Amino acid sequence: MEFDLPLIWAAIIAFAILAYVSLDGFDLGVGIMFPFMPEKSGHRDAMMNSVAPIWDGNETWLVLGGGGLLAVFPLAYAVVLPALYVPIIAMLLGLIFRGVAFEFRWRASEERRIWWDRSFAFGSLLAAFAQGICLGALIQGIEVADRSYAGGRLDWLTPFSILTGISLVVGYVLLGSTWLVMKTEGELQTFARKFAMISGILTLALIGVVSLATPFLDAEYHHRWFEGGNLIFSIIVPFLLTICAGVLFLGLKRHHDIRPFFAAHGIFLLCYIGIGISFYPRMVPPDLTIWAAAAPDKSLHFLLVGTVFLVPIILAYTIYSYWVFRGKVDESGGYH
Amino acid sequence: MFDISALDLARMQFAFTVSFHIIFPAFSIGLASFLAVLEGLWLLKKDDTYMQVFNYWKVIFAVGFGMGVVSGIVMAYQFGTNWSVFSDKAGPVIGPLMGYEVMSAFFLEAGFLGVMLFGQKRVGPRLHFFATLMVAAGTLFSAFWILSVNSWMQTPTGHTINAAGQFVPDVWFNVIFNPSFPYRFVHMVLAAYLTTAFVVGAVGAFHLLKDKTNKNARLMFSMAMWMAAIVTPIQMVAGDQQGLNTLEHQPAKIAAIEGHYNNVTGAPLVLFGIPDNETGELLYSIEIPRLGSLILTHTWDGELQGLNAFPKEDWPNTFLIFWSFRIMVGMGVIMLIVGLWSLMRRFQERLYDDPWLARAAVAVGPAGFVAVLCGWITTEAGRQPWTIYGLLRTAESASPLNGVEVGGTLLAFIVVYFTLFGTGVYYMLKLMAKPPLIGTEDQTTSFKRASGMTGAPSTLDRLDN
Repeated sequence: MEFDLPLIWAAIIAFAILAYVSLDGFDLGVGIMFPFMPEKSGHRDAMMNSVAPIWDGNETWLVLGGGGLLAVFPLAYAVVLPALYVPIIAMLLGLIFRGVAFEFRWRASEERRIWWDRSFAFGSLLAAFAQGICLGALIQGIEVADRSYAGGRLDWLTPFSILTGISLVVGYVLLGSTWLVMKTEGELQTFARKFAMISGILTLALIGVVSLATPFLDAEYHHRWFEGGNLIFSIIVPFLLTICAGVLFLGLKRHHDIRPFFAAHGIFLLCYIGIGISFYPRMVPPDLTIWAAAAPDKSLHFLLVGTVFLVPIILAYTIYSYWVFRGKVDESGGYH
Repeated sequence: MFDISALDLARMQFAFTVSFHIIFPAFSIGLASFLAVLEGLWLLKKDDTYMQVFNYWKVIFAVGFGMGVVSGIVMAYQFGTNWSVFSDKAGPVIGPLMGYEVMSAFFLEAGFLGVMLFGQKRVGPRLHFFATLMVAAGTLFSAFWILSVNSWMQTPTGHTINAAGQFVPDVWFNVIFNPSFPYRFVHMVLAAYLTTAFVVGAVGAFHLLKDKTNKNARLMFSMAMWMAAIVTPIQMVAGDQQGLNTLEHQPAKIAAIEGHYNNVTGAPLVLFGIPDNETGELLYSIEIPRLGSLILTHTWDGELQGLNAFPKEDWPNTFLIFWSFRIMVGMGVIMLIVGLWSLMRRFQERLYDDPWLARAAVAVGPAGFVAVLCGWITTEAGRQPWTIYGLLRTAESASPLNGVEVGGTLLAFIVVYFTLFGTGVYYMLKLMAKPPLIGTEDQTTSFKRASGMTGAPSTLDRLDN
């Protein structure tokens, strides 16, 4: 049997990026919400402690996305990153601002701590917004000529990419707030629930706006969603989205702790599938296909052998480490 | 300033971000293994001193590791932003190696780091030790793969080149275990161990100078000085072997390191000089006759090629690597002296009683970092003008760059790295300046909590109720 290695790899990379967005999404969201929780309340400690043991593993999926792309779709890596130069570096700097805050916050003197709170919030916001810009710019398409990026330096900056930037920020807040609903109690949980409600409504509204705008960016997207055999998806995806939204809002209203978190992830998953449908079979719209971007089979095969073996192990101990820190966040697990 | 090309700015950006980055892994590779040894000894001997020292360094490890992670993510993307042609061409070969690094190392470290840092009360001592071991193993796996990538760029083997100009893997074993890889891997891991040992030794010595009865400080100092005495000579042999390997595969690099422009038989060892690529001369040199040939060819009058044997457009920056190499070796000699000195005092049973040894140990605390940085400058700048030695020039590797973007982001990196990582290093030093307190494990833990999070326990108690 002949395997379509590029296609398998496209699926694996898509999975890695989805894992990144789902996992780092909620801890970035917690960071974005930081300034809205008054410093004096003391709840910021619990917010940060709820993600401290796992953020680093969450961010590793981003390295897998980048490293994996270099390995198996080097041409896509080589055109996308120069095209998104500024937002990518803004994202990296944002991740630095927030990443260091996890430890620095506890090392700073009482008066200086506020600066690390700001660093955490600013970095999370910048990283999320920059990722959203990248997504929008990718959907709009990246011009390629002679195995190289051929567009302008500011092609990434458009009303549409700003719209997707804002959408991702709001979406991450939804993930972060439902995470806190699950992991906290009392006053902080009430605060999180309120945030989840507002960001949930906004997320759905923004999904609507982006979905309406996308088919008009490119005739291909229009064709993909409104004509031909994919029409069925155009009905199923919004239908499932409605169900997830229902579970989310009912769960919040009836004070379920866990359901809203998974409903929010369901919403993200469906959006992601929607983007996947729009893109397939292209790796980088509008022209670069999965097969044209792929590395030689020998590279794909060599890495696949290890991936099939290692990713299940990674998932197993990732789940284990979440399980170790299961339940409501408390003080006993920390060393601070 | 304004005649700097975008390419030079991209090179500066890479040099800057990678130099900053290497400081953290160089420290955390060694420290992770040190922590694993401490916890293992604690489980074995049930002596609380080990656990107290473990807890002391664990917090410092966490601060350094976090900076290593975030500065490392930058590296994973910088290949694409500034070096897209290199990425497109070399991706099929180096990409899978980096993929293995992520999957076998980064996830392992990150997955178990949380348990190691925050899980002491949630899992049993054996499981906790397992987590520490996994973090330590992760750092070593990471070194294995990234050194393999770097070594392949220095001594590429096992590949072919396809119609699109891409490097295509042919025999993976030859790619991974390329000729310079075993030498570089050993040299780097030993360097990381020594770097950490000298930091731990300096901290132990610093506190011994204040209170030489402090058991925890004694343990740190003693363990570190064993490493200094034993590993420094081994590292010198490893370095010598790597030098011979470089002579075989990259003779131009050796010629630049040695400061030889013309071929020489019975070459001297140049201690000091100013190499000038313009005139092709080594100025003001101070030399030891014949020692150069003796070291590199292991014969009295072996012949060494000079730079003139190679086209001038293939020369590296001779001045830079001539000096970075000498600084690295100088650091090694200083470390050796401290190691031997400590050995002498240990046999005299005066290890903790010589304040001058302790002061010297404090002074050489940063020596490992200097040596690591200078060693990397030597090997990387010595690879120039190639990214893939002999096959792909640096000038042909870059993205379609825009000087404003590269310069602007370089400036941003400089400001952010110095501000944030500078503060981080300050916090690490502040933690190291705290005496390693002696007491029961519970006291140690509560000391840490009091020093870190004030006010929070009451909040969390409220949440618990």
